[in-house]
Amino acid sequence: MSDDTQDHDGSRRDFLYLSAGAFGAVGLGAALWPFISSMNPSADVLALSTTEVDISQIEVGQRVTVKWQGKPVFIDRRTPKAISEAESTDLVDLRDPQTDADRVAQPDWLVVVGVCTHLGCVPKGQKPSEKRGNWGGWFCPCHSSHYDTSGRIRQGPAPLNLPVPPYKFLNDTNIKIG
Amino acid sequence: MGIVCNLRRAAAATGLIASVVLVSSSAIAAGGAKHAVAQDWHFEGVFGTVDRASAQRGLQVYLEVCSGCHALKQVAYRNLAALGFTETEIKAIAANYEVTDGPNDEGEMFQRPAVVSDSFVSPFPNAEAAKASNNGALPPDLSLQVKAHAGGADYIRGLLTGYEDAPSGTDVPDGLNYNPFFPGSFIAMPAPLAEDGVEYTDGTKASVDQMAWDVVNFMQWAAEPEMEQRKKTGFKVVLFLIILSAVLYAAKRKMWSNLDH
Amino acid sequence: MSAGTHQTGGTGSGLVKWIDSRLPVFSYMQKEYAEFEAPKNFNWFWNFGAILTFMLVLMIMTGVFLAMQYTPHTSLAFDSVERIMRDVNFGWLLRYLHANGATFFFIAIYIHMFRGMYYGSYKGPRELLWMLGVVIFLLMMATAFMGYVLPWGQMSFWGATVITNLFSAIPLVGDSIVTLLWGGFSVDNPTLNRFFALHYLFPFLIFGVVILHVIALHVTGSNNPLGVDPKGPQDTVPFHPYYTMKDSVGLAVFVTIMAAFVFFAPNFFGEPENYLEAAPLVTPAHIVPEWYFLPFFAILRSVDFNIWFIDAKLGGVLAMFGSIGVLFILPWLDKSPVRSANFRPIYKWFFWILLLDCIVLGYVGGKPTGDPVVAGVEWFKVIHLGYITTFWYFFHFLILLPLLGIFERPKPLPKSISEAVLGGRTPGATANAKQMEKA
Repeated sequence: MSDDTQDHDGSRRDFLYLSAGAFGAVGLGAALWPFISSMNPSADVLALSTTEVDISQIEVGQRVTVKWQGKPVFIDRRTPKAISEAESTDLVDLRDPQTDADRVAQPDWLVVVGVCTHLGCVPKGQKPSEKRGNWGGWFCPCHSSHYDTSGRIRQGPAPLNLPVPPYKFLNDTNIKIG
Repeated sequence: MGIVCNLRRAAAATGLIASVVLVSSSAIAAGGAKHAVAQDWHFEGVFGTVDRASAQRGLQVYLEVCSGCHALKQVAYRNLAALGFTETEIKAIAANYEVTDGPNDEGEMFQRPAVVSDSFVSPFPNAEAAKASNNGALPPDLSLQVKAHAGGADYIRGLLTGYEDAPSGTDVPDGLNYNPFFPGSFIAMPAPLAEDGVEYTDGTKASVDQMAWDVVNFMQWAAEPEMEQRKKTGFKVVLFLIILSAVLYAAKRKMWSNLDH
Repeated sequence: MSAGTHQTGGTGSGLVKWIDSRLPVFSYMQKEYAEFEAPKNFNWFWNFGAILTFMLVLMIMTGVFLAMQYTPHTSLAFDSVERIMRDVNFGWLLRYLHANGATFFFIAIYIHMFRGMYYGSYKGPRELLWMLGVVIFLLMMATAFMGYVLPWGQMSFWGATVITNLFSAIPLVGDSIVTLLWGGFSVDNPTLNRFFALHYLFPFLIFGVVILHVIALHVTGSNNPLGVDPKGPQDTVPFHPYYTMKDSVGLAVFVTIMAAFVFFAPNFFGEPENYLEAAPLVTPAHIVPEWYFLPFFAILRSVDFNIWFIDAKLGGVLAMFGSIGVLFILPWLDKSPVRSANFRPIYKWFFWILLLDCIVLGYVGGKPTGDPVVAGVEWFKVIHLGYITTFWYFFHFLILLPLLGIFERPKPLPKSISEAVLGGRTPGATANAKQMEKA
């Protein structure tokens, strides 16, 4: 046997070993994936990850509450007065500075998660009969946090504005939250 | 892809809220409430037991005053035997309440009087109904309240007897009441106890203090029905363990005394 | 068979031999426990290995029987725990033993760890023994955290929310990891369910690592209060019966103290808030972890500033995991050739300062960061104390220990254990030996 054939054998052996190892690794990885994937949100959980809301029945000045991922979401069809108040606010007056434009997709509609950023209570102000606080937005009864017409914190212990959930307008009468 | 993206954002939002909570938890705890005066309760101490006469009166206060709004779902009517009620008495108490049962042969749900094996009937079918009837506030279940607050029985007694007029300059929000023992001082529950609010069957004068005392004794029993058995067993176990430790120590000394060490 | 038996025992020994020649469990026990030579100078701090073994068995036993009664579903978990407390025969005992057992398990492991640090038990050749111990500690923390979620009280829920959210600090994949952990968009039923499954599994992993820990111990032999290796049979005693007896004494005392809490103050270490059922829309005023996590929680919160490109949140998470990470590399941070702090005049002081530092960290972790440490002194808040103690923790391990190894002059070591123990006396002077024991 010449050296040449030995080399040839050797490289073929290495190749086979390497291939076997690579196939084994790929197989192991593929076999593990179902286990890991099973821990991710299941189909029934995913089905509840988004909420579509028909907003055609909401009148100017009216507020509705919808549930999204177990949390209340406030939808406010704002009055022109509320919009101008929200837009004209000076950022230096804000604890958590954000312009109104950053918080809405269309100025007529404000969509925020209705959970007080202080300790997670649900603020009042969705019903006309309820107190809306000193800035005309929402008022948290638990520890007197006041939010303005853009859902921004203005007074009280809460540190941050009401969070804006991910949402988009599907058309003029429907929005999809999540 | 869109969904995955949204999930991330949603998770991020929740994370944000949680971290805010971490930071802001400092704000409230600093605000603190007035501390209730520690009382000399019958159930305290290594040999403490339930004051049954008081707890029986407390049951009456619960049934006639508290149970209009507050549930007691962890306790069953049968448990009242431990407070010294007879089977007949317990049956009579349970029969005053209606529970939904079913479905029957026609597939309909139906109402029937409660029996001893039922849990205490809740005043509202669910939390939403309870909130709707109570100006948005949820009256908590009373089964575990004594264990669920720092200060336990003293705190609840302080709260029940601590209603007073707000100091001048304090603006009590609509629908709330002033009580310095409640964290934040504004509580949705109006003062529940009034002088002679119940007529005790044993003739005890039903002062506010007396009713608060009795109902707290009852709630303590409701929260820890195992207490007497626990302490009685514990006394024997700890005594046994102390003797065992001593005997083992003596044996160890004996064993090691042969050694140079 | 009987003719060839040299065993002095009766018929049982024949069976023992038969089994042992096929599966050498008896000779293994004989070799590893009965004949196993242990230094004769252990003090009472050497009880905690046995105590920890007992606690692990106790936790698994109570846990398995609790699992027969518990329901891992968000709408049933809280009530099923109350049913255990009220209706299951001795259910209250099982649950209080399990809950307080966790506390005493951690008390024991903390004493065990600080004992190891004082006497230099992590030093060569016991590096792997120590590292396996840190692995056990980590597994215990994960198990305890998941177990605390199961009663589905307010602290269960919010503690789980806060801790799982820590993983969102990881760049790029953080949020996906959190979603994966939750199995949804918040801590919810899938989370509770998987935590139950893993809480059941992890103790058996711990059991496996404990076996490795014991194997490693039996390869190197035990350290001892002098930190001097045994030189011969005059320095050791058989583990059984001498240390099985001594361990029994320590165990009995430890269990007595635990029983006092279980029966007379079962909720002393618990959070009252956890007797309220979890409510995802109502955040408790003050979220705190169980006491045994407080020092780590304090380190997490003390990094509330950005470090270069690392934001505060990630920084805090890195610091918290780093505080356990330094324990892994401790054998290589402490370069001093001397093990026992009794012969290290400077290290001894820093050991006690570290212990104090950890206790203060525990205090910091349990307090709102904005509170003043001393009422009325507004400029010194809990967070400032957190900065100092967190800094000191890392300073101790990363700077002090390596430097001490270079600059500290240890005291002269005794030549052997028996020399130190008997103080030059000839063996047999038992009267003096008894005084030594008391000293």
